[in-house]
Amino acid sequence: MTMKPRHKRTAMIVGALAALSLAAYFVLNAFQSNLVFFFTPSQVGAGEAPQNRTFRVGGLVKEGSVKRDNLTVAFIVTDSLKEVPVTYTGILPDLFREGKGVVAQGQLGTDGKFTASEVLAKHDENYMPPEAQHALDQAEIEKTGKTLK
Amino acid sequence: MIPEIGHFALILALPVAAVLGILSLVGGQTGRADWIALARPGAQVLWLLTGFSFLCLTYAFYTNDFSVLYVSQHSNSLLPDLYRVSAVWGGHEGSLLLWLLMLCSWMMAVSIFSRQLPDAMVARVLGVLALIAVGFLLFMLITSNPFVRLSDIPADGRDLNPLLQDPGLVFHPPMLYMGYVGLAIPFAFSIAALLNGRLDAAWARWTRPWAIASWICLTIGIALGSWWAYYELGWGGWWFWDPVENASFLPWLVSTALIHSLAVTEKRGLFRSWTIMLSLIAFSLSLLGTFLVRSGVLTSVHAFATDPKRGVFILLFLTVVVGGSLILFAARSGKVRAGGSFSLVSRETFLLVNNVLLTTAAAAVLLGTLYPLFIDALNLGKLSVGPPYFNSVFAPIMTPVLFFMVIGSYARWKNDTVANLSQKLRPVAIVSVLLGCAAPLLAGPWSALVAMGLTLSIWIVLASAVQIYRQLKDTANWKSTPISYWGMHMAHIGIAVCVVGITMVKGYETEKDVRMTIGDTVAVGGYTFRLTGISQVPGPNYTADRGNVELIKGDKVLRVLHPEKRTYFSSTMPMTEAAIDSGPTRDVYVSLGERLEGDGKPAWAMRVYHKPFITWIWMGCFLMAIGGGMAAADKRYRKKVAAKLNLNEVKGAVA
Repeated sequence: MTMKPRHKRTAMIVGALAALSLAAYFVLNAFQSNLVFFFTPSQVGAGEAPQNRTFRVGGLVKEGSVKRDNLTVAFIVTDSLKEVPVTYTGILPDLFREGKGVVAQGQLGTDGKFTASEVLAKHDENYMPPEAQHALDQAEIEKTGKTLK
Repeated sequence: MIPEIGHFALILALPVAAVLGILSLVGGQTGRADWIALARPGAQVLWLLTGFSFLCLTYAFYTNDFSVLYVSQHSNSLLPDLYRVSAVWGGHEGSLLLWLLMLCSWMMAVSIFSRQLPDAMVARVLGVLALIAVGFLLFMLITSNPFVRLSDIPADGRDLNPLLQDPGLVFHPPMLYMGYVGLAIPFAFSIAALLNGRLDAAWARWTRPWAIASWICLTIGIALGSWWAYYELGWGGWWFWDPVENASFLPWLVSTALIHSLAVTEKRGLFRSWTIMLSLIAFSLSLLGTFLVRSGVLTSVHAFATDPKRGVFILLFLTVVVGGSLILFAARSGKVRAGGSFSLVSRETFLLVNNVLLTTAAAAVLLGTLYPLFIDALNLGKLSVGPPYFNSVFAPIMTPVLFFMVIGSYARWKNDTVANLSQKLRPVAIVSVLLGCAAPLLAGPWSALVAMGLTLSIWIVLASAVQIYRQLKDTANWKSTPISYWGMHMAHIGIAVCVVGITMVKGYETEKDVRMTIGDTVAVGGYTFRLTGISQVPGPNYTADRGNVELIKGDKVLRVLHPEKRTYFSSTMPMTEAAIDSGPTRDVYVSLGERLEGDGKPAWAMRVYHKPFITWIWMGCFLMAIGGGMAAADKRYRKKVAAKLNLNEVKGAVA
């Protein structure tokens, strides 16, 4: 069943389109459910963050807010305007420190407490997680009354 | 003085590369023999200059010359010698210099191992590569000069990031860069073919070993990186779908497609435009990867704003390379296209299907990697695309690849039949489904995903084993079988081994975070860990809290593991150093977390893991690399090509 070049090309194009649409289907499906949005503590405070959906919140770990109970750690993430209480069970990254930048990923409960499934602090002591920096910048802009643009 | 000489060598390399690029390209096009003759020695001079410049930077690191800004940012007088050398590529500027050196080394290799190629072709290839070198030289000299001096000489350097102070970093980046940059060779061959309009089986035969060689380096580089992340980051993961990892994985996916598409072009003279396209994409992605990783754009797209020169240059360079090559492709690919015919059921079809799937997978990964950057750049908010996206997209796309891979290696070129294939493969299919579904019962709770992963692995291994057996038994003179044939099977078995590792780790890994005081035990995966003590241990440039953890199976203490928590003097930055007991069917892994304030007794947070078959992941990668090596070592690539070799001859071969 040797195919004529024209038929072969058609078959190829059809095959490629089928593969692409299948892939597009997977991608869109996965995209929908796996985009993790970032919110600043101020946005969380203003009620902009969703409940029962995983998102990230970032800022500074408030000085003196870290409390440990066995492996569960409670701390406050702040952008100097608003604060979000966070709990996390497990081992924190090496660079988690009071007064340093942090990004937590997890869900917000109805009680306004954020339960983190992951805490990210990066591999360099001078490095500020970009999202945490963004939260601080936004708060700074808010305070000084400037607009972003 | 030495840094200035290094800088000078780099400056000198610029006109050399520019002249080499222009003269050999023009010479190749017009056939001026004297200009063509310049290509090989020119490439060698360029290699000497960049190599010398690289040595100068290394010397500055070795002698702790903190008057050089780059050295002071990435080294420290306490840094052990080995890491002082590897710190050369610990930052942006040095990595670019390493990149350039790799490029020139590949050029050097082409200039030496190209005696079987027509001189005009070599000139074009080296010309294209020299122009790429010009781009990188300009980028370095204008925006990222590693030799910049400080007027205020600091007493000591800021130190290399402790994470990078590891033997893994000594080998991982150079290997990866070899792979990245190596893709410039098939790229240059493609441009050369587009320029002269001649793209035949001989062209594919010249290009193939280079494409495979860079693919090998990429494979090893990625495996080393994954292994490094596993033991060094301290948290037991081996792949995070981190943008940096994706940046290396994208060219790998596309170059995997490329080496298979090249096979079709060589054997059958088909898929020429597609092969060319893949080689252009593969190199573009490796350029993109280099810049993504090293420009700081990943940590923040606004990193460009802090150094707009770099950003603009990168965009310009990418535009010229990608845009230029695509325009050339559009203009000239009509000339190289040639029709041959093959039926729907044939090796060509299966190779094509897998090619399309691999590129689709690459596109999906690219989307997930770049999407957050675009959204951020457009000020539409901040978001991230996590591992679940990549897993749920990548696995369904790659599953058919594993399935078709076997059928492709069984199918005949040009024309085969379903009946024939199913007759040959039915026993293999039945056995692999049975074994694949039964095997998880031995390992733990049955799961469909594990069964599928194992079935596919067994499918690949069995099918290869049957073919190898037949080849040995039925072929009158099996010694005449080209080594590339064995290489293919070796690489395919490597894939299967890797898939076994991934499947078993995903399916059966266990992990526990616990609080332990001295004398406490914790059980994971049939092993018991007992913390027997923690002591302070000095290191060359750090002090460590070192735990003594007994690994117990039954009543027997197998060995004592020593996880560490290091604090580096220069940065007071803590670092978790995991202790791993590695075995053929499992790793057990323990890392020491922070000290917890207990009720009087000191306690530590500890993380323990049981990772079944995890070493198979990297072992598989090395088998793939060995297979690639065997394929590239095939005699036919070294034969002097007869002047009259053309497509018709190759068409006859059915191999």
